[in-house]
Amino acid sequence: MADPATISPATLLKDELDIVIPTIRNLDFLEMWRPFFQPYHLIIVQDGDPSKAIKVPEGFDYELYNRNDINRILGPKASCISFKDSACRCFGYMISKKKYIYTIDDDCFVSSIFISHVAKDPSGKDINALEQHIKNLLSPSTPFFFNTLYDPYRAGADFVRGYPFSLREGVPTAVSHGLWLNIPDYDAPTQLVKPLERNTRYVDAVMTIPKGTLFPMCGMNLAFDRELIGPAMYFGLMGDGQPIGRYDDMWAGWCTKVICDHLGWGVKTGLPYIWHSKASNPFVNLRKEYKGIYWQEELIPFFQSVTLPKDCTSVQKCYTEIAKQVKAKLGKVDDYFNKLADAMVTWIEAWDELNPSGASKSSDLPNGASK
Amino acid sequence: MSLSIKDDEIDIVIGALRPDLTSFMNEWRTIFSRFHLIIVKDPDLKEELKIPEGFNLDVYKKPDIDRVVGTSTSTIFSGYSCRYFGYLVSRKKYIISVDDDCYPAKDNKGILVDAVAQHITNLTTPATPFFFNTLYDPFTEGADFVRGYPFSLRSGVQCALSCGLWLNLADYDAPTQALKPEERNSRYVDAVLTVPARTLMPISGINIAFNREVIGPALLPSLRLGGEGKFRWETMEDIWSGMCVKVVCDHLGLGVKTGMPYVWRNDRGDAIASLRKEWEGVKLMEEVVPFFQSVRLSREATTTEDCVAEVANVVKEQLGSKDPMFARAAKAMVDWVKLWKSVGSSTSSPGA
Repeated sequence: MADPATISPATLLKDELDIVIPTIRNLDFLEMWRPFFQPYHLIIVQDGDPSKAIKVPEGFDYELYNRNDINRILGPKASCISFKDSACRCFGYMISKKKYIYTIDDDCFVSSIFISHVAKDPSGKDINALEQHIKNLLSPSTPFFFNTLYDPYRAGADFVRGYPFSLREGVPTAVSHGLWLNIPDYDAPTQLVKPLERNTRYVDAVMTIPKGTLFPMCGMNLAFDRELIGPAMYFGLMGDGQPIGRYDDMWAGWCTKVICDHLGWGVKTGLPYIWHSKASNPFVNLRKEYKGIYWQEELIPFFQSVTLPKDCTSVQKCYTEIAKQVKAKLGKVDDYFNKLADAMVTWIEAWDELNPSGASKSSDLPNGASK
Repeated sequence: MSLSIKDDEIDIVIGALRPDLTSFMNEWRTIFSRFHLIIVKDPDLKEELKIPEGFNLDVYKKPDIDRVVGTSTSTIFSGYSCRYFGYLVSRKKYIISVDDDCYPAKDNKGILVDAVAQHITNLTTPATPFFFNTLYDPFTEGADFVRGYPFSLRSGVQCALSCGLWLNLADYDAPTQALKPEERNSRYVDAVLTVPARTLMPISGINIAFNREVIGPALLPSLRLGGEGKFRWETMEDIWSGMCVKVVCDHLGLGVKTGMPYVWRNDRGDAIASLRKEWEGVKLMEEVVPFFQSVRLSREATTTEDCVAEVANVVKEQLGSKDPMFARAAKAMVDWVKLWKSVGSSTSSPGA
């Protein structure tokens, strides 16, 4: 039951943020999110059989796209959007006209935290995940020097002794990566070894992932500034007809982080937590991930060594350059990467068509810093 | 997952900047009493130390320091730097050091935090500096590496340094504390994480632990502010030392962790009074951070001592002319390596 105190009277960014949800089933989970999501516009990307009718609870303002819609809108470029995989959600990013995106899986619920202090009773409080994401996105990041008290802009915290004052303004935050209580986001081998492990640790921190450091970005509970970094959030070729699955968000995360590092933007991770309710089948997952587990040994050194030239001053230019390097350096790992590189280019073309440069603020920066 | 560490592999080093350690020692008794303690009295402190009974300890005062390193050298151990003397003379594998105005903290469940045990756990489980794990320490109970974490990086590297945090009076500089005099840190963040490779941070000396065998010589007294005082926000010695340590660890492939354990840091001092002194330390960091971010050590530097010597050289060449304080720091670093070799250790520390 939502605590009224957690719902801000003037709902933050309600006309500037879209919530993108990929689904193949009914969206009853939205009932639990109603107090937090209802003010916002939803973009539902229906995967799988387009003839199935998806039931959305009453009272939500939404647009829904199924595969037929995607094919109609993108024409031949629809080939870059995955089918039979939640990676199709990135179509929602592309079609949105808002500045911010929040994306969540349909098996993620509102979390509550039990706060116990020595002198007080334990109390349960519903976490407004969206509000925390918005706070993360609206406050600066600090990628150039790590603050040991984590996010210095949070109430009750600050920069520690030794933190240079010239770095205390921070940089714009492009991504807010949230976490999950209950079923943790483990890969298949880990799930098989630890089927009963649940994440019960509520870590009360938000932090900026330092420049030059890569991380595994999970798409279950993710928000980003679409105007800044949208074009980099391509979730790759997964699912039907593809040799790999469950690396969609990983791929987007690595590209995004390299580009954010190059353009001087921040990526935060930590709060908010959502409650992840469903553990997917580890054997199914293993089949999907199997190639990825091998390939990532090549992918990580690749992304760690990507350098973008100074004249890559927009996200699209950066992304196209990465696509070129993917083809040149990863094509020999597997032909899949040739197709993926092509799809990355198609994605940018489609993005620019749907988001002509007048409307998009993902504009060139002067003197984009090279790595 | 941690190795079983014997109590006699650990030294607890306390720099005494205030004479009466009675309540400090009593508060820590249940946690400290199993271990050997090295208490080093600030050579500038005139009063006698008051230490309660019931501990296994060695106390070093100015005459002892003079005897070991000579009267001219003993000045480097003034103030908060007195603890480095303890690091020098210890012969244990692990050192844990907390400021004498810190008490044990309580966690979110109200249970007393055994800072020693947590530091030891941090030091004896691998660090993961090459890729960020979004569930923080993967080796802790109830956590693991997340999907997308490369398998080849899951064995991690040796952790050389464990940086703890502070509840109540956080380690802020004087301007920050003066601006927010009522602010107290009440947020207990239940995490330990590895500071990524090539990422620098302000390493506070207030609550710290390290593997002396591996990284000992890199924790050093070298940068001394002209107006250095007896409050943490009037010093930068630990921040400087910490930057050196991180650069060395990154070069040698060793890990640095940050997060738990927390200690409870008592209110002390008047930040506004400290502001009347020049903000040397604050201004200095503007030079210091970009400098350390650019330092690259040579392939030939394969031991901690070699790494420190190289850093000292680069400090002298690149910063020495900007401020005599840096030139002095560089010399102090070179002297420290010599001192470490003669007094600190009979074997060099080869780095992981």
